[in-house]
Amino acid sequence: MSVTDERVEAPAADFDPDRAWRVHPQVALRDESFGALAYHYGTRRLLFLKSRALVDLVSALDRFENATAAIEALVPEGERAQYTRALARLAKSEVIDAH
Amino acid sequence: MPTDGMPLRERFTQGLDAPICLTWELTYACNLACVHCLSSSGRRDPMELTAAEARHIVDELADMKVFYVNIGGGEPMLRPDFFDLVGYAVDKKVGVKFSTNGTRLTAERARRLAKMDYVDVQVSIDGALASTNDSVRGEGSFAAARTAMDNLAAADFGQFKISVVVTRENVTQLDQFSAIAESYGAQLRLTRFRPSGRGVETWERLHPTAEQQRMLYHWLLERPDVLTGDSFFHLSALGAPLDGLNLCGAGRVVCLIDPVGDVYACPFVIDKEFLAGNVRGDGGFAAVWRQSDLFRSLREPQSAGACASCGSYDACQGGCMAAKFFTGLPLDGPDPECVFGHGEDALAARDAAAHPGAAVGHSKVDRHGTPIPVPTPVRFRTRALA
Amino acid sequence: MLLSEDQEVQDTEALSEDEVDELLVEEVSIDGMCGVY
Repeated sequence: MSVTDERVEAPAADFDPDRAWRVHPQVALRDESFGALAYHYGTRRLLFLKSRALVDLVSALDRFENATAAIEALVPEGERAQYTRALARLAKSEVIDAH
Repeated sequence: MPTDGMPLRERFTQGLDAPICLTWELTYACNLACVHCLSSSGRRDPMELTAAEARHIVDELADMKVFYVNIGGGEPMLRPDFFDLVGYAVDKKVGVKFSTNGTRLTAERARRLAKMDYVDVQVSIDGALASTNDSVRGEGSFAAARTAMDNLAAADFGQFKISVVVTRENVTQLDQFSAIAESYGAQLRLTRFRPSGRGVETWERLHPTAEQQRMLYHWLLERPDVLTGDSFFHLSALGAPLDGLNLCGAGRVVCLIDPVGDVYACPFVIDKEFLAGNVRGDGGFAAVWRQSDLFRSLREPQSAGACASCGSYDACQGGCMAAKFFTGLPLDGPDPECVFGHGEDALAARDAAAHPGAAVGHSKVDRHGTPIPVPTPVRFRTRALA
Repeated sequence: MLLSEDQEVQDTEALSEDEVDELLVEEVSIDGMCGVY
């Protein structure tokens, strides 16, 4: 993996934050003390969301017109890039999907 | 910082709100008598959970948001309510992964399973040839297992798993196991032979040698597609860690519900020393998982004990609790199969009286009450019996 | 996930994409436990 500069980094190619996103219908989220476990019943994959703030963001996605709006509403400015990347990661594992 | 930075692996050792790889042995009844059976199965227990009690457990698991349950036994397909229960679980969004010897997996049942949502199947063999397999599992068991696999393939079931317990005798057949799995498009799982259940008696002659374990480790490193279910984490001390959490999840990430509702730390420690409670008590399974004294103590930091000075402790975490317990070794010391040989030293030094004897458990017994360890011949049933 | 050699010489203020993501999302291979299932 190459080194990237956080300030000029672009979101992952397959994640478009201007689309409407939601928790994938085949995914179950279970709260844990440190965030949540996300299990995809189709792929059988298990992922960990390691902060409550990320869990709250993911759970709230379908209440917003698009992911950008959700991030702007819920994530402090200094953290938006990393939360955008976290969403991209979740999209790649199909924990969230565009609808 | 969005989190307090604690590594995930460490969080797991402190326990989770609900188990992840929960094992549920549905019955002690079995039509085979495998010489290494971890649950000493054979005879159904008269106090086995009823169909209603079993459904109630599923209700609890659904409430706890357990994602899936690993079902086994004995032979789970011998439960009269097997399909009802599996269907019930799946309808409540509790996925089912079950393990079977295949003797009851008829063509019709394979088709029935193929239609169900989220059911994963695993068929057990312990040899790539009938001779190797049947010496452990009984005459005819290999043919029966292969028939089950053929039935799953013919029913377009999709990908299933083939599970092998690695022994001194079959460790030379790893490539052949791979080929069998490939021929079905199945996933291969290799699992560690532990001295549990009837394994207490057969472990010394059947567990792989140190040399064979090194060979196995390198074979696994080259085949990340082979599943191990974290079974060989004690081998991670040899170098690059194997895939998985590389820790003992007993009482923290996993536990066992046995056929009479007893809850043990894991399927390999069916012994009162590791009994946490019973689901028939007040508060059911949830209370046992969250509040039992045993699980609370397992979720405390464990002592490295004699392993503290070893540079590899972080990689192997002292190995498997069950392997130590049933060979009479202290839990805060090396695994009997420690890759550096510290376990062998400990075995030589131990007090012979510390070695737990083999319990009869639910093994079939002869008319003198002696367990029948020798595998009995088995035939594949093409017709379902009442 | 192993860090690449590049990351060891980078500016300590700019975390790599991998490191930042690992703080928030982690996938773990947990196909079973103890190897039974």
